[in-house]
Amino acid sequence: MAKMNPKQVPMREQLPKDRIKNFKEVPCGYSDEEAVIEAKRCLQCKNQPCVLGCPVEIDIPGFVKLIAEGDFPRAIKKMKETNSLPAICGRVCPQEDQCQKVCVVGKMGDPVAIGRLERFIADWEAKQANIELPEIKAPTGKKVACVGGGPAGLTVAGELVKLGHSVTIFEALHELGGVLVYGIPEFRLPNSIVEREVEYIHSLGVEIKKSFIVGKLKTIDEFLEEFDAVFVGTGAGLPWFMDLPGENYNGIYSANEYLTRSNLMKAYLFPEYDTPIERGKQVAVIGGGNVAMDSVRTALRLGAAKAMIIYRRSKKEMPARFEEIHHAEEEGVIFEFLTLPIAYHADDQGGVKEMECLKMELGEPDASGRRRPVPVEGSNFRIPVDVVVVAIGNSPNPLVPATTSGLEIGKKGNIVVDATTGKTSKKGVFAGGDIATGAATVISAMGAGKIAAKNIDDYLKTEQW
Amino acid sequence: MKILEKERIAENLTKFVINAELIAEKALPGQFIILMGWKKGERIPLTIVDADKEKKTITIIFQEVGYTTKLLGKMNAGDSLYSLVGPLGEPTPIKNYGKVIILGGGVGIAELLPVVRAYKEAGCVITSILGGRTSDLVILQDQIKEFSEELFITTDDGSLGEKGLVTDPLKQLLEKNSDYGLVFCVGPVPMMRAVSNVTRPFKIKTLVCLNSIMIDGTGMCGGCRVTVGNKTKFTCVDGPDFDGHEVDFEELMVRQKRFITHEKQSKCKLNKYVKDE
Repeated sequence: MAKMNPKQVPMREQLPKDRIKNFKEVPCGYSDEEAVIEAKRCLQCKNQPCVLGCPVEIDIPGFVKLIAEGDFPRAIKKMKETNSLPAICGRVCPQEDQCQKVCVVGKMGDPVAIGRLERFIADWEAKQANIELPEIKAPTGKKVACVGGGPAGLTVAGELVKLGHSVTIFEALHELGGVLVYGIPEFRLPNSIVEREVEYIHSLGVEIKKSFIVGKLKTIDEFLEEFDAVFVGTGAGLPWFMDLPGENYNGIYSANEYLTRSNLMKAYLFPEYDTPIERGKQVAVIGGGNVAMDSVRTALRLGAAKAMIIYRRSKKEMPARFEEIHHAEEEGVIFEFLTLPIAYHADDQGGVKEMECLKMELGEPDASGRRRPVPVEGSNFRIPVDVVVVAIGNSPNPLVPATTSGLEIGKKGNIVVDATTGKTSKKGVFAGGDIATGAATVISAMGAGKIAAKNIDDYLKTEQW
Repeated sequence: MKILEKERIAENLTKFVINAELIAEKALPGQFIILMGWKKGERIPLTIVDADKEKKTITIIFQEVGYTTKLLGKMNAGDSLYSLVGPLGEPTPIKNYGKVIILGGGVGIAELLPVVRAYKEAGCVITSILGGRTSDLVILQDQIKEFSEELFITTDDGSLGEKGLVTDPLKQLLEKNSDYGLVFCVGPVPMMRAVSNVTRPFKIKTLVCLNSIMIDGTGMCGGCRVTVGNKTKFTCVDGPDFDGHEVDFEELMVRQKRFITHEKQSKCKLNKYVKDE
């Protein structure tokens, strides 16, 4: 047997100087040959640590082996046994913290590029004329409502419809996908890919109702008269701000608004599309997570001469994925670490023109285990800005918690859920994703959806709560 | 989402009756919808002016001021909206406040209608003051009158009622007798600010209905934020009605102009569209 290459097959990417001028995807995907070579690096470990590292327990060695053998039709079938949304997961999952983190090959060099292979096999299927549908079990006569058409709701719907239940997704926006379409930018996850995956879920027999606002048009209590079980995956709610003087000046956005304008409403194509967005020249994005990286890279593509990340801790503490930080650095994003905004100053039209900041230093570790940033007194300085994006998180969506009787709500406005079953305090109602946990990742929402789906199925069969 | 009826009720004011069974069933006074006229369109919030459960319809009235509303005004009965979601926002609190003064300006008068009707049903004794630039723009007088004990009309040019602003009769009424339980006002921001300033010294509870710029309208984007009592509130989920004595109107006026330069660009597009037509 040939000696294994310790390096992953690299994935071709758009060059930074080109890609900051467009919204097209950054990585270009593997060719068939590249995928086979990469798949052959897998050791097919007996104990399968990678599967345990996956929140939705994909049979990773199984689908990778089939790619290595060039049997792509069976590889995608294997994948879809456990994951209905591989084109999405292959792009946005933090594999480096999950399956690839525990990959045995990774101990000797690079781990197997599981995420890239997942993406490859999903994209391969999309190019085929006929997409093979999995077996759908005989109708059970049970009806399930999924409230919210984001990653959690789509997962629950995809799982339950295969088991023969009748499933309807209710989505408040005019498009399905939740954060996948309003939040994650085109250059990281093209909307056409989300559409493709949604179309697949639809083709399995899931009914889809868009522009349907649950909590207003119908309450969960009303749904329980019509459906045998309800899954709530309503995701993000009110964005957090910092309560700083001048924070409502024009030009200051929440990340949710900035990204929704650009992604969902396609403001980056204004005036072809009607929704506007300010194309700042000096853009400061506050925060150190993936949403902050998405925002700052969007700002660059909207024409910012200077796009900055303002983060109160240091690079080491940033919660964003390494790949996102790396891409942002390559594209010329400026990182202002140990910097805390304390006020905004406006021009005579009410538009933000300066952000006043304090320098910070790292002190003792705090509750999160990260060193607590402490302001340096008298270190005030001002940064010229014309657009600011506040990307420090959000509370769960308030609509369902506020309109459902007998639902236990946590301190942060989240729905209290038993994480092992997805059950809420109300019989017949399950929940998962950001509405239960607060802001987290797409894959954790899908993992929660997977757990909820299994327990909804049990509940529908046994009627035991 | 089909437009069943269209009526031009005044210069630049258009009424649509839209087929929307579930919204019609649930809508309460003061709530709004968000619609997109076409696929590449904006999402814009509009107050539900009427909801007919039997006919399964809702009515909206909009002023053709900018690109989107002007293009919307070109849609006709039989056309379908690209998307329509609602009812959104907290309903206007309805109870018997005793004597109530209702003020409406421009398209705001349309938004008053469901609220006036509900106040009347709750037993309020209503005085209405309607205002507009000129007589044609003082719409729905007869409908408002139906629910009102007294009706005052003011116009900027004196073409109908008294020449002046809605705050003139308001001041006169309050100076005569200030035992009103509520003042409710919908109209342009400067009008709502002026009304709130008039009622403040009389310590009369004053509600204003805000029309902030929104996208999702479900408490996700934070675009509609407004300062009320020194705290940031979100018009879509905390409002749209707020205590007029607490609203930072200056900030609101600035925020309403957020995309004024974009609006100019869109107007060029509209001119081109009209020429092509």
